[in-house]
Amino acid sequence: MIAQRLGLAAMRSATKPNAFFSQNIPRMVLASAMSTSQARSISTQKLTPEEGQQILVKQRLDRPVSPNLGIYKMEQTWFGASAWTRITGCALSGAAYVYFTAYLASPLLGFHIESAALASGFAALPFVVKGAIKFALAFPFTFHFINGIKHLVYDLGIGFAKAQIKRGEIALWISSIIGGGYLAFGL
Amino acid sequence: MAALRSSSRILSSSRAAFRPSAVFSRSMASVSETEQPRIKSFQIYRWNPDTPTEKPRLQTYSIDLNKTGPMILDALIKIKNEQDPSLTFRRSCREGICGSCAMNINGQNTLACLCRIPTESASDVKIYPLPHTYVVKDLVPDLTHFYKQYKSIQPYLQRDTPAEDGKEYRQSKADRKKLDGLYECILCACCSTSCPSYWWNSEEYLGPAILLQSYRWLVDSRDERTAERKAKLENSMSLYRCHTILNCTRACPKGLNPGKAIAEIKKQMSIGA
Repeated sequence: MIAQRLGLAAMRSATKPNAFFSQNIPRMVLASAMSTSQARSISTQKLTPEEGQQILVKQRLDRPVSPNLGIYKMEQTWFGASAWTRITGCALSGAAYVYFTAYLASPLLGFHIESAALASGFAALPFVVKGAIKFALAFPFTFHFINGIKHLVYDLGIGFAKAQIKRGEIALWISSIIGGGYLAFGL
Repeated sequence: MAALRSSSRILSSSRAAFRPSAVFSRSMASVSETEQPRIKSFQIYRWNPDTPTEKPRLQTYSIDLNKTGPMILDALIKIKNEQDPSLTFRRSCREGICGSCAMNINGQNTLACLCRIPTESASDVKIYPLPHTYVVKDLVPDLTHFYKQYKSIQPYLQRDTPAEDGKEYRQSKADRKKLDGLYECILCACCSTSCPSYWWNSEEYLGPAILLQSYRWLVDSRDERTAERKAKLENSMSLYRCHTILNCTRACPKGLNPGKAIAEIKKQMSIGA
């Protein structure tokens, strides 16, 4: 910018056009006739660095956080193996804790959830309900178990190519659903 | 400046009038105008810091793909040039070298300049800034913290022993090869901002991009601060917030593998190699 302004000023100050550079004359005439200030449709404001900093600090307080879970590809967030490993792990251990505390408290509250009582009660249920209850526990188990093995393989530094990640994810879901189904309905 | 530009434009246009080729090229241009227009709509995230109380919104722009380049960045530039000059985004090299135009396109972080406009479906293209970042304006995220994290890993060669020949630090071909797939990182932040773990813990977790850079210096045979570098990562947050979600590897527009790099760091840390 500055260099160009200097150049323009030099051209203007050359009152007598040099005969050697006669091809420059029309351009110099044009340049001296026109204003050098840029035509701007917007108005600008001069600020000191401190004032600029204050505006920046104020803006930073107002900045929104860009959308994340709501807009990112569903298969990578909502159906990611990592999230589901945690969900299934919580479901399994949560169910276990609920059962254990209930078992501890049962003599005081008069429940009957000893193994024998549970087994006879469960046997009386229809096949589909039995299967559904078993699947609700079996699927978290198979998913958590198989993905646990996958993570052990990851720890060796194996399976990080894009194609392998995709195949691994599909294999995990299919095998854990089939495995859960077998534990629920096959056994 | 303006004076010079306008004067040169006057000169060049008066010159062009005498050229017969100018007339010819104009007739060629009219051929494409008769084609069936292929209208594509783009829904773009807008937020203006001058009106901070207004909620961020999506604004829809429709453009004719026949008159647009193949990439998302071409569409953005066309929209900015022709429809809405207030649309704000970063861009520079338009060929995936600078990493400026990183954004979330149809739910996937990538560089707008390397991402084709999807023509197979008629659905709108949705464009957001990088996820879970503070928005400066429209598609421009604030990456200050990201760069600070990069600075914190000391991304430069550190050694005490001078070079054997007094000129340069030599490295075997095999050692040099270890840096392939690491040094190409352009720090566009696509991977870090695709990582849910980084979304929730970006204050302390370094994130895939910075950890890939970290590994780049850990694995460099010429660096002599490997132990110190590792000691810095030895805590629950810096490195171990990585849960192998691997969105980073899926997101990298340069085809690098941050997930693998992090796994290699973890391996090195555990076996002490």
